[in-house]
Amino acid sequence: MSEHHSLKPYVFVLVGLLILTWVTYGAALWDFGHPWSDLVALLIAMTKASLVVVFFMHVKGATPLIKMAAVGGFFWLLIFGAFVLADVLTRPGMLEFL
Amino acid sequence: MSTREYDVAPDPGLPKSHYLNAAHGLKSWLLTTDHKRIGILYLLSITFFFLLGGIYAIAIRLELLTPAGDMVQPDTYNRLFTMHGVLMIFFFLIPSIPAALGNFVIPLMIGAKDVAFPKLNLASWYMYLIGASLTMWALFHGGVDTGWTFYTPFSTTYSNTYVAAVAVGIFVNGFSGIFTGINFMVTIHRMRAPGMTWFRLPLFIWAHYATSLIMVLGTPVLAITIVLVALERLLKFGFFDPALGGDPVLFQHLFWFYSHPAVYIMILPSMGVISEIIAAFARKPVFGYKFVAFASMGIAVIGFIVWGHHLFVSSQSLYAGLIFSILTMLVAVPSAVKVFNWMATLYRGSIEYSTPMFYALGFIGLFTIGGLTGLMLATTGIDVHVHDTYFVVAHFHYIMVGGALMGYLGGLHYWWPKITGRMYPGFWSHLSAGVIFLGFNLTFFPQFILGYLGMPRRYHAYPEEFQVLNILSTAGASILAVGYVIPLVYFIWSLKYGEVAGKNPWGAVGLEWQTASPPPEHNFEEIPEADFEPYEYVEGPPSERPYRYSRSEA
Repeated sequence: MSEHHSLKPYVFVLVGLLILTWVTYGAALWDFGHPWSDLVALLIAMTKASLVVVFFMHVKGATPLIKMAAVGGFFWLLIFGAFVLADVLTRPGMLEFL
Repeated sequence: MSTREYDVAPDPGLPKSHYLNAAHGLKSWLLTTDHKRIGILYLLSITFFFLLGGIYAIAIRLELLTPAGDMVQPDTYNRLFTMHGVLMIFFFLIPSIPAALGNFVIPLMIGAKDVAFPKLNLASWYMYLIGASLTMWALFHGGVDTGWTFYTPFSTTYSNTYVAAVAVGIFVNGFSGIFTGINFMVTIHRMRAPGMTWFRLPLFIWAHYATSLIMVLGTPVLAITIVLVALERLLKFGFFDPALGGDPVLFQHLFWFYSHPAVYIMILPSMGVISEIIAAFARKPVFGYKFVAFASMGIAVIGFIVWGHHLFVSSQSLYAGLIFSILTMLVAVPSAVKVFNWMATLYRGSIEYSTPMFYALGFIGLFTIGGLTGLMLATTGIDVHVHDTYFVVAHFHYIMVGGALMGYLGGLHYWWPKITGRMYPGFWSHLSAGVIFLGFNLTFFPQFILGYLGMPRRYHAYPEEFQVLNILSTAGASILAVGYVIPLVYFIWSLKYGEVAGKNPWGAVGLEWQTASPPPEHNFEEIPEADFEPYEYVEGPPSERPYRYSRSEA
């Protein structure tokens, strides 16, 4: 990237990531009950990953093709998660467990 | 159909300046950023690992010659088939066509001077070497015995072999594939010659674009899975071992999310090769060009959502098994599109039985058998019965050897004159193609029967009633080994004594045939223009063509 980037947004994102790391730690100490503890941890992690991808990896302001590639990566993760859940959640006894 | 004239006249000799003599010395090879030289470096490396993996295969087949486990100990046998699988899959089959042939011909085919990131290209070869060295280190210290699938919790908790070293080797090697995939995608997007639109791209390029997508999207999953295995093995993190609170089936999901698409990393480039060969030696455009191109993309996408068929007996839920069974059958559709379209291309073509065509025709038959038995295995009722038997071993060897390897050899014979500027002997190349086809079928067809009769894989001993079929299989493997050695000899022979090929010995269309053989350092004297449709072949019987492919046979 030859163009000049202001440092300000990166500092904000860095602070945001540090706060979210603290929230991750706090959430780990808090019992939300099953399965909410896992979902809260995943939500925080996804938010942090999105911040890194959008700002630090310059997807914000990138060409549509690059944005499509970035969304594609998340979509592939979604495919994996959806099919693994399709397995785990339909195993005998799982519905009672939930 | 156009009747454009192509310059196919034989050249008087090798060009004075080409990529092989552009620079001299070991350093010029080890620090090269020329995609053609990097392709050669890969070609030499994968040939070494193919031979090494082949030695393990010979040892396996010798052990299985007799029912008793009398040649090696059971533990040694476990290491033999594991190292055979690891070397053949990660260090030969996956990089074979993309990294060796693809590296060499993709820029030539699209009219580019090089790949988009030449230094990254060289880095990919070094990552491959580092990964291979780590694996070799483990091999010299006794190898690994988990099977190439590294199933947990055996790999993380119980195996006392060098699992971590091999895992790190495969992890590092994965980056080689990612680098190559990124390079090909950017090259195909950004570096096409003027006039080379998406639907003028050779189907080999479409196949590699689809392959690159899988490499870039799938390989990181394998890498992170291997890291998790190493963390559990070394630091006792509980990901997969139930004793540590993990789930072993989660490992299988993660592993096969990459490793099933990896089968398509192996077969898609081969399909690309077959499209080139079939068109060139039937003298016809590929029937349904766009369907074949989109079939590559379809296979890449659908191939990502079928992995659960490896888990039918692993305690995966029945409902998930049902979904994966249906999706697996779906991937047969684009595969069948390709096979039918190749057949339609052959129909009323002026077929020339050159050596590459022998391999292409062999590929179609063997891949079809491999694919159809794959459909049988996608049916849960059959899979539960034959899971982990020799039926599965035969099935995937029909895809990986009968398909991917035949395609690789076909491609190597097709582009060898371009790579080296010299022809190989027609008689010996025809003979070896026939020997390989015969040896392959004799090796692996009996294994379908063995598996259906219930012989499990990964055992070094078996009941006596299976011996006749095992003898046939071992005999076939011996023939196959001879078939592989013959090309090795005549390819080396041809480097010095082979007839000068000229720029276009096959009379083929495509930009790679419009430059000298071997090509100059920067591929073309001037940037070519793609002002023709794909596979714009001059139709007519071979005798009326301007130049036959092999003057020694003409």
